[in-house]
Amino acid sequence: MQGRHKNKVVGSVRDALADLRDGMTIMVGGFGLSGNPEALIRGVVERGVRDLTLVSNNAGNLGKGLAQWLHAGILRKVICSYIGNNDDLHKRMASGEVQVEITPQGTLAERMRAAGAGVPAFYTPTGVGTVVQEGKEIREIDGRTYLLEKALHADVALVRAARGDRFGNLRFWRTARNFSPIMAAAADTTIAEVDELVELGAIDPDDVHTPGLYVHRVIEVREHENPFEYRTVRPRPEGA
Amino acid sequence: MPYSKEDMARRAAAEIPEGSIVNLGIGLPTLVADYLPEGHAWLHSENGLLGMGPFPYEGDEDPQLINAGKQTVTVLPGGSTFDSASSFAMIRGGHVDLAFLGAMQVSATGDLANWAVPGGKVMGIGGAMDLASGCRRVIALMNHATKEGEHKLVASCSYPLTARGVVARVITELGVFDPTPAGAFRVIELAPGVSRDQVAKLTGAPLVD
Repeated sequence: MQGRHKNKVVGSVRDALADLRDGMTIMVGGFGLSGNPEALIRGVVERGVRDLTLVSNNAGNLGKGLAQWLHAGILRKVICSYIGNNDDLHKRMASGEVQVEITPQGTLAERMRAAGAGVPAFYTPTGVGTVVQEGKEIREIDGRTYLLEKALHADVALVRAARGDRFGNLRFWRTARNFSPIMAAAADTTIAEVDELVELGAIDPDDVHTPGLYVHRVIEVREHENPFEYRTVRPRPEGA
Repeated sequence: MPYSKEDMARRAAAEIPEGSIVNLGIGLPTLVADYLPEGHAWLHSENGLLGMGPFPYEGDEDPQLINAGKQTVTVLPGGSTFDSASSFAMIRGGHVDLAFLGAMQVSATGDLANWAVPGGKVMGIGGAMDLASGCRRVIALMNHATKEGEHKLVASCSYPLTARGVVARVITELGVFDPTPAGAFRVIELAPGVSRDQVAKLTGAPLVD
């Protein structure tokens, strides 16, 4: 007998994604192009699975990141909060090739959190009185109106962390954390792409953002493009 | 002279109490940060950042340190980063004191429409609905009317709603106006040289003092 938490480190993207199947629901971490598991995203296209449901805050932008899945035609549905100027998605939404479910960002996050925490549904004030409430249970609690939102599970989560160890403990960098910790908890299988694979204990227990029990496979990928979506800077004053 | 965008941002900054937690929406509200004295308030960005600082110096930009508009930013000493569920728990849980949001329409009772134009390209909801219904005080920063002169301060929103009855104050190039439960905009102040008649013509709901 072997538990799920032994031998998680894999040597190739191909091995990491070996048990992906057509029709799966896949969560992918990142906020726009920031904090994307770049090698795993490319790997899913090479893996050749299709008819996927993608859950991610955005579905790529500027033709990069998850836009590659749109280009490859492997998506049936996208659950996201924001499309913006992602013309790859606008085009396929308009043609009906890809079904799009737009969810308020906080509700999207809480639906994942709930799934990972064993909470089947929750009441939220977000979306009351808007199109978001259509078809949902409405309830007044202590004088305020709420709507019922259901937990959101996935078959697989693909996340990216700055550091990870062989148990799958993860530490993220700055705002690259975003949805990744809650996606890791909401999926049956979580695959982490780490910039640096470190020894057990190298991440102080107090600094672990995602404990290893949420992670099932770890792959070290040292090179990333880390594209800028909107590079905004100010001139450096003299001496600074 | 109506307010310039910079005047509007400066006027908006004056609404921020010292020591408060503030979220600046995408677009015009982003400019408000330029008029905040150092250390005056803590800026929250819903992608998981509290204590957001100005744009980085050239060469210091980090593609993994961004604001909700996906622009590169900095984090100030005392700042923190967290995941999206925590970030929206802060918003929904009433821990963010004030949000400045852009708006397409605001009704005289404070309904907000800012995420979709009927028949137009759907950009998505993003954090707008959570911010609008969760933050303790919501101030809309917007043009008073469309370029074609159509009302944006209206009796009732015709665009898809973001949230009902949430906007406490509207700052436009013509002045500052508060929605009221009775369904009229209270005139708080007019921009220099702007007349009340001028505002009345460009407003789709009654004005009161």
